Amino acid sequence: MTVDTVLAECRDRIAQPLSVVTETWKAGHPGGRAVAVYPVWAPAEVIHAAGMLPLSLLGGGSSVELTHADARFQSFVCSIAKSTLELGFQRLLDGVDGLVFSNICDVARNLGSIYRRNFPETFVEYLHLPQNSTSASVVPYAAAELRRLAAGFEQAFGLKVTESSLAESIDIYNRLRARMRALYELRTAEPHTLSTTELYTVLRASTVTPPEDAIAALDALLAGLPARDARPRDRLRVVLEGVFCEQPPLGLLEILEEAGCAIVDDDLLMGWRWFTGDVATDGDPFARLASAYVNQALPSSTRHESREHRSAGLIAKVRRARADAVIFMPAKFCEPALFDYVLMKQGLERAAIPHMLVEFEEKMWTFERTRNEIETFVESMLFD
Amino acid sequence: MPAPVTERAYQGRVHEESRALMSSWMAELGRAEAEARVTGALMISGNCVELLRACHLLPMFPEVTALQAAIRHKSLPLILKAEQAGYSSDNCAYVKADIGLFLDGGMGPGKAVPFPSLVVCNYVGCNVYVKWFEHLADISGSRLFMLDVPFARSDAPAPDDVRYVVAQLEELIALSESLTGRTFDIDELREILDLSARAQDGYSRCKHLTKHHPAPFDSYFDSINMMGPINVLRGTPEAATFFEHAVEEFEGLAAQGLGPLSEERFRMVVEGPPPYPFYKSFRNLFTKWGAVGVQSTYSTVGGIWEFGFRHDSRRPLESIAEQMLRENLTNRSIVARYAQIKRYVEEWEADALVIHSIKSCRLFSAGQGDMREYFTKELGVPTLLVESDLEDPRYYAEAQIRNRVDAFFEALEHKRVVAGAH
Ligand code: SF4
Ligand code: SF4
Repeated sequence: MTVDTVLAECRDRIAQPLSVVTETWKAGHPGGRAVAVYPVWAPAEVIHAAGMLPLSLLGGGSSVELTHADARFQSFVCSIAKSTLELGFQRLLDGVDGLVFSNICDVARNLGSIYRRNFPETFVEYLHLPQNSTSASVVPYAAAELRRLAAGFEQAFGLKVTESSLAESIDIYNRLRARMRALYELRTAEPHTLSTTELYTVLRASTVTPPEDAIAALDALLAGLPARDARPRDRLRVVLEGVFCEQPPLGLLEILEEAGCAIVDDDLLMGWRWFTGDVATDGDPFARLASAYVNQALPSSTRHESREHRSAGLIAKVRRARADAVIFMPAKFCEPALFDYVLMKQGLERAAIPHMLVEFEEKMWTFERTRNEIETFVESMLFD
Repeated sequence: MPAPVTERAYQGRVHEESRALMSSWMAELGRAEAEARVTGALMISGNCVELLRACHLLPMFPEVTALQAAIRHKSLPLILKAEQAGYSSDNCAYVKADIGLFLDGGMGPGKAVPFPSLVVCNYVGCNVYVKWFEHLADISGSRLFMLDVPFARSDAPAPDDVRYVVAQLEELIALSESLTGRTFDIDELREILDLSARAQDGYSRCKHLTKHHPAPFDSYFDSINMMGPINVLRGTPEAATFFEHAVEEFEGLAAQGLGPLSEERFRMVVEGPPPYPFYKSFRNLFTKWGAVGVQSTYSTVGGIWEFGFRHDSRRPLESIAEQMLRENLTNRSIVARYAQIKRYVEEWEADALVIHSIKSCRLFSAGQGDMREYFTKELGVPTLLVESDLEDPRYYAEAQIRNRVDAFFEALEHKRVVAGAH
């Protein structure tokens, strides 16, 4: 596979509704089950260890017209919540047997139970991921929560997660995440070789592909990219922050890059990259995953970390990626991102790191205003 | 045309005693700094105020401060201050009013509202709590204790969840001991829990009294008088006695067949917090129609006592954990709330459900359109949904709300007339 074929396949894949993705997969896996997870993090390993296909559930983007869901959720609720429910109403999640939500925010929590009420035939699980990061009791609790998820799968689908199948799945996802980290490093070092629009496309495709296949695709990319003919350009190196849940339109990412930004780190699809390194390979696999969730997490707006200030992780990212600035890009009405903006902004200002704020919605389709704002920001920085 | 309904001048002892109790708590807070008392900030929802009391931390509640700013029409300038500092117009305005108070110079050392010595984030359902208390800890420099309470995912609290919360409560006790220099005494906690259970009993009895026709008080608009004592002062002898007096007063009214209005024409269950900046005008919209709140979900954010749960001093920490995990509105799913409301509609014999949808509070509001769908389409309960905010006066459009309220009750009245004619 060449770089271009991988990219083309990924573009195709992310354009398919989950009903199509699962139909194709189930054709080759008769009787198979698929479970999709709403952002930010859920243990794909546990789903995979039950022999099911783990998928990301990322809303309807700009392709789904709201016909039912806007009567359920008010105007002041983010778009991804509404469009996710709409996917159900429009039968675009047919073939997805289960959904997993977690306590990332009040909207996502309510969405989980409302989805279950409207679609009782779908298995809907709600995970309470710990917000206490330091208690001695937190890892045992989180491990019990992951076991509860596995027991739920067994009860709903008759598919058992054993310690050895989970250990194997952790290993596979460790390998997948290692490749994602390698791609991120490559993009940080040479943003001209792999654009963020491309990286995002590949990453997103990996979240709707069996991990074994995704590993093969990422390997092909990693092998092919160094030979790619691309010249460095004079662009502003920025970290993109706040895009961890609702998905930005591809066009918006393109605009950021066209307007003169080289995105050198971001929190896109971060639940699929959650850990700073491999999950440990020895011991009770539920406890290992739980411990990694608490102790090896990338800084996230949906998780409280009392061991460091809210802005510390972002500042560290900026330094590591040798970025010149931060672009905050929260989804409209996204409370976790909008709250964190304040503390992060203050931290950046103390560290003299420039930043700007651009709100987005998954369904936006004109980007001219954003382009102008970004261009002005980039110009003010590059020609300072 | 029936005679217009008016509010009776009925607000007696309950109202006065509640005011006095809350004022004396605030005065105590005002003196805390001078008296070198250790204070602990806590959230209202499913709180563990009994434990703070037993740990000799004087409890303070930023939500009460925010609420008071709104009811005194002082919230907007504070909200604007916070927005100037970077908070979004889409963030919960309770938080903005609280942070705005600090930015405005009203909170901190030597101010009317002191910085808490310890910030105890009882994360019970509301995710904004986590953010709010992170921010409060940031401005005050106080230590933050994150008390993570797993969201209710089953009908009874799971043993793993109880263990997790109890372990954290024990860590909180140890931390408090180091701050106050006083040894924790479990028997003191038991006594506090017994007092708390007395208050819970009284509150519950009051809420059952609104099953009377007419209801002796409005369980939405008047509950605010009881929510202070039940959520903030639980565990004190004063709160226990207060509720005993409340029961007496409401029993008296019920026996005389008196309610808060000159006539009770409609019985409503109300979902969602009230618009504090326009409390009175909002109430008037319903008074005019003779509509009385016979039950409300908002009055159960701190705890759902009317269905029988009480703290049990024989199992002090477990019982606190169970209450935080399960026995309050905010830690249950919105769909579980439908069941609570359904029960209210049936057992309190309500004619209608009124949903006040709050922009600030997605915990309450995100998805209330689905709730309306369920009650109107599946249960056939007449349901009105109006939107505004609990803190930010900019979202209260009186004319629009009035039109909707009028149209709703007109239709209800019409239905009654038609039904009576047959
Ligand atoms: S976009 Fe933000 S507010 Fe909406 S569901 Fe995701 S995290 Fe919650
Ligand atoms: S979101 Fe609701 S429950 Fe949470 S702090 Fe705001 S008003 Fe209170």
